[in-house]
Amino acid sequence: MIALFARDMVLAMRAGGGFGLGLAFFLIVTVLVPFGVGPESGVLSVIAPGILWVGALLSCLLSLDRIFALDFEDGSLDLLATAPIPLEGVVAMKAAAHWVTTGLPLVLAAPVLGLLLNLQGAGYGWLVLSLALGTPALSVIGSFGAALTVGLKRGGLLLSLLVLPLYVPTLIFGAETVKRGAAGLAAGTPALMLAGITLASVALLPFAAAAAIRVNLR
Amino acid sequence: MTVTDLACARGGMPVLEGVCFAVRPGTALLLRGPNGIGKTTLLRTLAGLQPALAGAVSAPPESIAYAAHADGLKAVLSVAENLRFWARIFGTSGIEGALAAFDLGDLADRQAQNLSAGQKRRLGLARLLVTGRPIWVLDEPTVSLDAASVALFGAAVRAHLAAGGMALIATHIDLGFTAEVLDVSRFRAAPQRLDDFDEAFA
Repeated sequence: MIALFARDMVLAMRAGGGFGLGLAFFLIVTVLVPFGVGPESGVLSVIAPGILWVGALLSCLLSLDRIFALDFEDGSLDLLATAPIPLEGVVAMKAAAHWVTTGLPLVLAAPVLGLLLNLQGAGYGWLVLSLALGTPALSVIGSFGAALTVGLKRGGLLLSLLVLPLYVPTLIFGAETVKRGAAGLAAGTPALMLAGITLASVALLPFAAAAAIRVNLR
Repeated sequence: MTVTDLACARGGMPVLEGVCFAVRPGTALLLRGPNGIGKTTLLRTLAGLQPALAGAVSAPPESIAYAAHADGLKAVLSVAENLRFWARIFGTSGIEGALAAFDLGDLADRQAQNLSAGQKRRLGLARLLVTGRPIWVLDEPTVSLDAASVALFGAAVRAHLAAGGMALIATHIDLGFTAEVLDVSRFRAAPQRLDDFDEAFA
């Protein structure tokens, strides 16, 4: 299973792997919003937590359809399904690789981009914490959506529609954590809810995704 | 490996029924039959990629190595990296034997996207050797291979059989070894629609 994770990392880093795509999109969103909203720093600091979280979520969405579609097209998914590692493990490893190549760069870049949106001082720690807690859920939920739509031509649209409602709880608690943190309020409760969502997704969804892949491979 | 009274379906239509055969260690079975008769469906069912409608496949668990039209290669990985990945997935080590058996030694460091169709196929077949599994289930393995490569493949299958392995191959050409032939067309299922819950999606 480590081999699968390592291969996905190598594939993402090499030419055409899509590494940095999500990060670039995140950068574009957060750079453009101040231009669109105007320079009033009061307005920006109010909307900063929401914009940062929406930007991170959409960046994650961008690369989801690649998680299984490429392996399906070149036949690797058939071969992985007959390999000695369980399909649930395959899903978990591919979700982990997606998080490391997409979610983790967002977590690391967010404080810098928070500066552009005039996020209040106390919010930076909570921003990094909430993204670190929440983005794994985005990758795992996205893997489930990708598993449901694998094998469909132009499945990306369906994938986005399927996954967006599942992303809503993560978004609400993630943005709430940052909002409260930036305002100097206690942000522990939404952060714990966020961690709960992530843990439940990581524990349950690989099984659902593996079942969906088995059906789609028939 | 024994197959008893197996029935399988594709796209909600039963294509084969009553399939019975046995493959003993050290022997190969060649599947023949016209296009669309269900050879690929049968092989996918045997490999466990789709459930059988009826009947049973008895084979030791985790014993089947499957190879189909797609080779499962990653274009930006080199030949050796592709093979090493599958070796690690299947928990084996040492890809030199597989490289040598399919004459890929000189290409080991080349990216898979720069290989010809026949070379890709040879790499896909070399993967069988690194799985270390006794039963090879192969769907048209010689597509896009030249005569010399078909001979290499025949030699690899013979060596696999001599080591006590088994092979089940859907093919239409002479592979240079003697094997039983099973004509699949006599198992053709009577045309009927399955009353399946996902019929609407078929």
